[in-house]
Amino acid sequence: MTKQVQQIDRVIIRFAGDSGDGMQLTGDRFTQETASFGNDLSTLPNFPAEIRAPAGTLPGVSSFQLHFADHDIMTPGDAPNVLVAMNPAALKANIDDVPNGAMVIVNTDEFTKRNLTKVGYGSNPVEDGSLAEFKLSSVPLTSMTVKALEDFEISKKDAERAKNMFALGLLSWMYNRPTEGTLGFLKAKFANKPVIMAANLAAFQAGWNFGETTEDFAVSYEVKPAPLPPGTYRNITGNLAISYGLIAGSQLSGLPLFLGSYPITPASDILHELSKHKRFGIRTFQAEDEIAGVGAALGAAFGGALGVTTTSGPGMVLKAETIGLALMTELPLLVIDVQRAGPSTGMPTKTEQSDLLMAMFGRNGESPVPVLAPRSPADCFDIAVEATRIAATYRTPVIVLSDGYLANGSEPWRLPDVENLPDLTVEFTTEPNGDDGAFLPYQRDPETLARPWAVPGTPGLEHRLGGIEKSDGTGNISYTPSNHDLMVRTRQAKIDGIARDIPPLEVDDPSGDADVLVLGWGGTYGSIGAAVRRVRRAGGTVAQAHLRHINPFPADLGEVLRRYDRVLVPEINLGQLALLLRGRFLVDVISYTKVNGLPFKAEELAGVLQEVIDRAE
Amino acid sequence: MPNETNGAAPGGAAAHNDGFAGLRLVPRSDTTYKMKDFKSDQEVRWCPGCGDYAILAAFQSFLPELGVPRENIAIVSGIGCSSRFPYYLTTYGMHSIHGRAPAVATGLAASRPDLSVWVITGDGDGLSIGGNHLIHALRRNVNINVLLFNNRIYGLTKGQYSPTSEPGMITKSSPMGSLDSPFNPVSLALGAEATFVARTVDSDRKHLQGVLRAAADHQGASFIEIYQNCPIFNDDAFEPLKDAGERDSRLLRMEHGAPLRIGADRGVVQGDYGELSVADVAEVGEDRLVRHDAHRADPGYAFALSRLDRPAFEHVPIGVFRDVDAPSYDERMAEQLAEAETTQGRGDLAGLLASGDTWTVR
Repeated sequence: MTKQVQQIDRVIIRFAGDSGDGMQLTGDRFTQETASFGNDLSTLPNFPAEIRAPAGTLPGVSSFQLHFADHDIMTPGDAPNVLVAMNPAALKANIDDVPNGAMVIVNTDEFTKRNLTKVGYGSNPVEDGSLAEFKLSSVPLTSMTVKALEDFEISKKDAERAKNMFALGLLSWMYNRPTEGTLGFLKAKFANKPVIMAANLAAFQAGWNFGETTEDFAVSYEVKPAPLPPGTYRNITGNLAISYGLIAGSQLSGLPLFLGSYPITPASDILHELSKHKRFGIRTFQAEDEIAGVGAALGAAFGGALGVTTTSGPGMVLKAETIGLALMTELPLLVIDVQRAGPSTGMPTKTEQSDLLMAMFGRNGESPVPVLAPRSPADCFDIAVEATRIAATYRTPVIVLSDGYLANGSEPWRLPDVENLPDLTVEFTTEPNGDDGAFLPYQRDPETLARPWAVPGTPGLEHRLGGIEKSDGTGNISYTPSNHDLMVRTRQAKIDGIARDIPPLEVDDPSGDADVLVLGWGGTYGSIGAAVRRVRRAGGTVAQAHLRHINPFPADLGEVLRRYDRVLVPEINLGQLALLLRGRFLVDVISYTKVNGLPFKAEELAGVLQEVIDRAE
Repeated sequence: MPNETNGAAPGGAAAHNDGFAGLRLVPRSDTTYKMKDFKSDQEVRWCPGCGDYAILAAFQSFLPELGVPRENIAIVSGIGCSSRFPYYLTTYGMHSIHGRAPAVATGLAASRPDLSVWVITGDGDGLSIGGNHLIHALRRNVNINVLLFNNRIYGLTKGQYSPTSEPGMITKSSPMGSLDSPFNPVSLALGAEATFVARTVDSDRKHLQGVLRAAADHQGASFIEIYQNCPIFNDDAFEPLKDAGERDSRLLRMEHGAPLRIGADRGVVQGDYGELSVADVAEVGEDRLVRHDAHRADPGYAFALSRLDRPAFEHVPIGVFRDVDAPSYDERMAEQLAEAETTQGRGDLAGLLASGDTWTVR
């Protein structure tokens, strides 16, 4: 029978199952198929910190949401159009996010009395009519997979484990996805286990065939490729983009990369990634703790490397003293903080923007450090390159605030032309700069206020650095009151001066007559952008700007803020940027905050934005 | 733009050093230095009579022996009295953070095999706040030389008990006596399987320099405990080991291949279970004395030696406890980088960015 193919412009699919069900892999494969088809896309993995929480329980539910479209999109989507629930726990944990009329596909094999009781279902929701407002598809995924694989010499358990590939096959049929990528992936992944490989391929094919033949699914859907700007694309997560950006920074500056890091969620992937690329001369050092990670990175920087450390909030706290030493010794150092929900251990796998004030002020003494924040997964690449530029030019530690959403979320990335990346070549100091051949390690460049970087091995420039206050010029220990005042102000002026060297704030105000500006920073760019589009589609007028440089702010930020009657600042914290803006510019910004471990929903922000616009009128 | 610095150092050319084994990746100097070449113009600000002066002088007069260009020597310290050391030398140096010098030095040494890196620390800096970094640097066998000045007291914070203070010690923070059981730094280093472990005394320049020489000749991490007198807060703590009348009956001067003797009458014997004890030579006979072997692969023997000084100072081994060959961390790291480049080719940025599934929009 020929099935009807319906054209749609976008869809949001959420795969949900037990931690061991392979939902992240399923989502990732579907994403790759979608990317290679040419849709624009955005993803949101959401998983527990526990590696294998007890099977079938609510804490063990892992999900992967994918939004793809035939046009440019900005977020992983608010509410799924399709929920695939592999067990009762996955249904229960996710059904509240699913709007009426959406499709819900459940694996009925797992809806046993025992599994239902485990999550508090008194009766089976698949049968008791409580899912009546959804388009419910009951599919015995597990048993159909086992049946499809009955001719294979594998255990029942291994057969059951292939059910995620059955589900992927079914969804791939439903959305007309290209399958070569997934087939190739399975062949490579199980190259050493030919039977398992064949079983997974068969399960995938069985899922596809089931969609095509069963009458349960009368319609399949097509989402046309999005008209993206010409170029070569790949799908990329924030952590991968930061890793590549750091490698690029090393190559562009000519500084060998040294990463000192201690494993921590959600930053560890950067350590894993960089450790694979030793042929770029990259040294990765898995330290005994967070302090040693940054300490070793600083030691390597003293030796002339591009010193990098990667971490998340709890690790940032431990690194504070060394970041202070880096700013006192005025050596380049990149500190990547992939923020997660805090305080303390918080929620390691959930996102938050709450380390901003720590990055700004979380050290003893007057200790200014440049702070940058990427606005999307792909932007992590550019921010890492920019952080390298600032650190190398100004001889300073630089903090990059990524977050869990950017780190694990993905989007298509148009590959940059390597030839057009900035030249960041660093010239070490090799000649004395003082009278009589003396070397003055704290004699500054008059423009940047950066001090010379002379590395061990350079004859005649031997000098000593340290955390004790330095005498201007000579860098010798100094307790002289006036010198300390001078050095504190000079260090501040050096960082403030970076504002001359960063682009003005881009303001998106198409009509030029908006009264309301919405200003965000970091990982909220997509949600805010999507909300702005909604408001504009509904006839509203609003301007949007997004900060990637937070310390120092772009030089024109104050002027931009004063141009608008009202400024809305949405943040996934309790108003940290708002505090900075009010303190710095005396502008009474409106703070909108939420801290539920997830990105903002576009609809919610659009509502808030509309309210602010209505109040302004 | 091309990164030419994969294995070699940004500052200096990789050269071969035919002198000390621990310096084989460090260039050799054309200059013959004198002690004064290593004295900086900074005023030395330790208390009068501090053991640190003697160690500094011994170190400055030893450095010319290294045969290494001054610019290829880096001294990294933590915080504390001893950690002011780098300021008084004309080499590269970093006075870092309390306890963290081994971590900073690890990054420097691992990325710059062409440097001779020395860590200066104390009993508080290296064993208390920085104990973790110390043991990990030692087990990794990073090519650094750690000089731990042990004065058994906190000096710079004015006299609190340290991790090596004896139990019951009355200090500012222990008016009724310290409750802590102390570390034996040598035992600790051996427990971390350090490949070179030695002990010496601040006032014995000849012995101190002999140990420094042996450390420089060792590839990988070297750990040297230096008994150092603090005349202000713990004066004469090591007096029994220095007093001309007493020291010979207390010091066990270890020399590789020679019998372990304390003075004329006593020596070290091995029991049935490998344990070591001190016995009268006249009773046990000369032949039963253990001949010192610093090169034993198993650290158990050296550990047993390190336990001989209990109760404190009755018989104290000094010299090299352990000196075994093992590849150093920086060397192995450089090998991995070279191997990656050999097997996969030099990194190509454009190729990297375009790796994985890509698609083209026209």
